[in-house]
Amino acid sequence: MNEVTSTNVAREDLYGLAAEFKTTPGIYHAAEKVHAAGFKWFDCHVPFPVHGLDRAMGVKMTILPILVFFGGMAGLLAACTLQIFTNSLEFDIWALVPLVGYQFEVSGKPLLGAAAFVPVAFEMTVLFSALTAVFGTLFLNKLPMFYHPILKHPALTRATDDRFFLVIEARDPKFSRDEVESFLHSLDPETVIALEK
Amino acid sequence: MASVPAQPFDNTGEDPTARSPLILNHTDFGSVTNDILKGNESAKPPKSWYFALAVSFTMMSMLGAMIGYLIFTGVGVWGNNNPVAWGYPIVNFVFWVGIGHAGTLISAILFLFRQKWRTAINRFAEAMTIFAVICAGTFPGIHIGRVWLAYWLFPIPNQMDMWPQFRSPLLWDVFAVGTYFTVSLLFWYLGMVPDLATMRDRSTTKVKQLAYGIASLGWRGSMRHWHRYERAYLLLAALATPLVLSVHSVVSFDFAVSQLPGWHTTIFPPYFVAGAIFSGFAMVMTLAIPARQLWGLKDFITMRHLDNMCKIVLFTGSIVGYAYSMEFFIAWYSGEIYESFAFINRAFGPYGWAYWIMVSCNVITPQIFWFKKARTNIAIIFTASLLVNVGMWFERFVIVVTSLANDFLPSSWGMYEPTWVDVMTFLGSFGLFMTFFLLFIRFLPVLAIAELKAIMPIADPHGQGHSYEEMSMETDEQAKIAEEDE
Repeated sequence: MNEVTSTNVAREDLYGLAAEFKTTPGIYHAAEKVHAAGFKWFDCHVPFPVHGLDRAMGVKMTILPILVFFGGMAGLLAACTLQIFTNSLEFDIWALVPLVGYQFEVSGKPLLGAAAFVPVAFEMTVLFSALTAVFGTLFLNKLPMFYHPILKHPALTRATDDRFFLVIEARDPKFSRDEVESFLHSLDPETVIALEK
Repeated sequence: MASVPAQPFDNTGEDPTARSPLILNHTDFGSVTNDILKGNESAKPPKSWYFALAVSFTMMSMLGAMIGYLIFTGVGVWGNNNPVAWGYPIVNFVFWVGIGHAGTLISAILFLFRQKWRTAINRFAEAMTIFAVICAGTFPGIHIGRVWLAYWLFPIPNQMDMWPQFRSPLLWDVFAVGTYFTVSLLFWYLGMVPDLATMRDRSTTKVKQLAYGIASLGWRGSMRHWHRYERAYLLLAALATPLVLSVHSVVSFDFAVSQLPGWHTTIFPPYFVAGAIFSGFAMVMTLAIPARQLWGLKDFITMRHLDNMCKIVLFTGSIVGYAYSMEFFIAWYSGEIYESFAFINRAFGPYGWAYWIMVSCNVITPQIFWFKKARTNIAIIFTASLLVNVGMWFERFVIVVTSLANDFLPSSWGMYEPTWVDVMTFLGSFGLFMTFFLLFIRFLPVLAIAELKAIMPIADPHGQGHSYEEMSMETDEQAKIAEEDE
């Protein structure tokens, strides 16, 4: 892989410009300034969630909790339907289609034993919520994504180790290469790197 | 590893004015990554790792052989009989499920309580949970007799129009343990994704780059991703907390919902949950003590962590001791002759020896942790944790076997003795557990690297004067107001 410097990436190949920081206050204050300058297509690549950085960047609260709520409700509904249908249902649709579950009669217990259905209903609620939380995060984060300009540049591998990168993308309407480059330099980074698409 | 200095610094102090550091001898992020991954990235693991793996693998093969023998011959190879139809398989099932509970307690409940020390032990405790649940799931799976019909446990539409009995606690177990395994696995994996990305970015060979690259899903540390990730992590912790309490409650329903003296008690759910956490923490310590030694993790799993775990063992052990005495009290207080007999028979009947092993290991042993000298002595902690493991296995043995062996009618009493197949299957399950665990510490990030970095003082973006606690006390509303002011 070739070392890409600020000068040798062609204009049409430019993904964005990255500024490298050594400390968390460095990236935090830089992100505040980039947000204040009105950039929309920018991101920070950090080895751990820096506390409050998402707010400094102006990231809106994710809709994930709402998705998880509906996931959990779907689980609850599925569990109740499953149990009632398989164990206690006896129902005809217009006296034509009989729907009959597998009706166990065990020691005189009621077929529709609501209390007995609670544990499975609870477990299924938790299961569906957890699945929604994990797959919802991956979906909203557009992961897995095995090719990305950030993953391509060797210097940015330290974003998962000990360095903090702020990347302004070329597709931002306010992006102009020279201006952004000097703006990033004004944030006092270690280096500024041009990223190839 | 030899270069790791002996710890001159004691971070087990209780002085409230000075915050004890949770990570020793590290002041920058890079060295944390290097030192945690040293065991994974070294060209060859220590010889003791190979030795342990060889032993564990042999034991795991023995488990396979025993299960094969069981399936080809029939459950008669076990000591299970009438009246003791449950025997070893169910004792082992409850034992292993219980072990798993500490992992979820550490990863979820301590997370919600903002116990920052959990970050050093949560990863491998979660791994322990998953491997323990795999061992646990094996036993009821082979206990059903006709193993090839195990799918009858699940609500799968079939040509017989036959469905599981949803009013049976045994079926609740299928759902509880199944959900528990799935959620634990997701929680563990989601937590590991950023660390797998770290390993990917440090890999030197093509195979490793590809393997860790696929496993880390293309994680690139984006703060926009972290934002959702942190939310998902919090939600999973909030979901796993009631889940873990429900799982061992449901396991205890297997007993409590029946009408057998000694089983039919309302104290079972909380008593089982406390016992599960108790045994699980003992297992965490049993694994952590050799792992921190071998993998050079003493700066991360410090004496303070062990000290804290000892306190939890003491606390839960005392709850278990209270539950034992309360069972006895209620048996007498109820005036029920069968119930009273069941408990007197437990302590002084044919299985009295098992009862007293249980009491001495579970109630008396942890009391040593009242003393700080014991909580900071590796040899004592390790011995006590092993004894607790033994004691908790005997607790399940006592509950399962004594109640079944001597119930209402003396004419239908019986005795239970395990066969060699029972014993070797049980030992084999340790092989399965340890094999997974050894492979885990070699090939996966053994500590939560990203989470550990986040609790370092230099991780605070507002300078070192502004502590993490004050930051997290700040509510969203306050932050919004502050933003608007700007």
